[in-house]
Amino acid sequence: MTSLITIENIEIKAGDKPILSVPRFELRQGEVLGVMGPNGAGKSTLLKTLALLAPPGRGSVFFQGQEVGDVLALEVRRKFAVALQQSLLLDTSVYHNIAIGLKLRNRSRKEIKEKVAYWLEVFKISHLSKKHAYHLSGGEAQRVNLARAMILEPEVLFLDEPFSALDFPTKVQLLKDMKQVVENTKTTTVFISHDLVEIKYFTQRLIILMDGEIKQSGPTAEVLSSPNEAAAGFIGEWSELLS
Amino acid sequence: MELLLQGLRKAIEMILSGDPVILEITWRTLKVSLTAIMISTLIGLPAGMMLGLIKFPGRKLILTLINIGMGLPPVVAGLWITLLLWRSGPLSDFELLYTPTAIIIAQTLVSLPIVTGLTATAFQQINEKLIMQIKALGATKIQLVLILLKESRLAILAGIIAGFGRVIAEVGAAMMVGGNISGETRILTTSIVMEVSKGNFDIALALSFILMTIAFLITFCLTYLQQRKRSQ
Repeated sequence: MTSLITIENIEIKAGDKPILSVPRFELRQGEVLGVMGPNGAGKSTLLKTLALLAPPGRGSVFFQGQEVGDVLALEVRRKFAVALQQSLLLDTSVYHNIAIGLKLRNRSRKEIKEKVAYWLEVFKISHLSKKHAYHLSGGEAQRVNLARAMILEPEVLFLDEPFSALDFPTKVQLLKDMKQVVENTKTTTVFISHDLVEIKYFTQRLIILMDGEIKQSGPTAEVLSSPNEAAAGFIGEWSELLS
Repeated sequence: MELLLQGLRKAIEMILSGDPVILEITWRTLKVSLTAIMISTLIGLPAGMMLGLIKFPGRKLILTLINIGMGLPPVVAGLWITLLLWRSGPLSDFELLYTPTAIIIAQTLVSLPIVTGLTATAFQQINEKLIMQIKALGATKIQLVLILLKESRLAILAGIIAGFGRVIAEVGAAMMVGGNISGETRILTTSIVMEVSKGNFDIALALSFILMTIAFLITFCLTYLQQRKRSQ
């Protein structure tokens, strides 16, 4: 698989405290990558760096082999989509929330209407189209959040714990639907989660991030079954809980 | 009670008869107050946005000064402006003292901290992750600002409503810098004070009803703008 995003020599600090230190990392075209690690491990900072939402410190970010500077940042960022743990919907209807990314790209009304209708259907929320976003349940809001991201037909989709605040049945259903969407669209995805079950179900490759460093990287099943010494403490506690 | 009814009758009579003096005072009041709140909004909105979103050295000090400014007594503002515009003052060349412009300056000075301060508070309350999410949706800097303005419109309009309440009710500074000159700088609040001092309570009450009606109508429009589409 070819590299879609590459980061090199990333050193991000908060004051003197290192937050993220990654000499080199590649996100491969078409893969679904899981990112796990304890709180404060640097997972969200890694996502922000990859998604060009935060400066890479002294390091560099490459998209399809080309270094992304300030000039290219917006253009490349518009090839990505991000869905966070909080749905963070705007103070307007479901329809307009899903349409916002296309509106920002000045797409035609006809295209917006067709695409919104399609993604409302995919996420099974067509009946909510006219409802105000603030009147949705947690699960509904997260479906709108994911539809808002997918409508952009991103080359890379970043998911930062989008299911963690949902109750179990809602989470299971949405996880299944989302996996289907990602598989059907073959979207390269970065999926941050604390949940081993979600990671096992959703991802093909997994990296374990601890203290701002990638401690292990490999196929998800392999990392989970044979964690190295550095990752064992974190994975081991999970495995113990599940067994 | 009788006095109130008499005042109300007088107000209706004055409006229906189209008393040119009353119309002129009312028009001037509207012109002066709306201009002042417009200037305050044009300056206070971007300033409040910057203070709310951008962290820079001295920001807290500026916010403190703005918060102090919210309680600035209008007569003090009037005094400063009078001193600046006075014959021997640094801005005397402009010859603005005892003109409607001087009243606009005074009213802008008392409403600007309110609009700026409440806008800054509105933007300080915006979830940083929302800003990140909007950027992630592909917004340019200008698009980001426009979305944030729309998201904060409730609080921003609350600031403008509070600022307008301050200017329309203001009397001390207007009296000091305007001089309450008939046909030139007399506005509703200064007229009310003058009529009370002359013992014309019915006229004062009538003017107060006109003032309240204007304040009510404009605040109603702003509130409608603030609350529309929220009930869906």
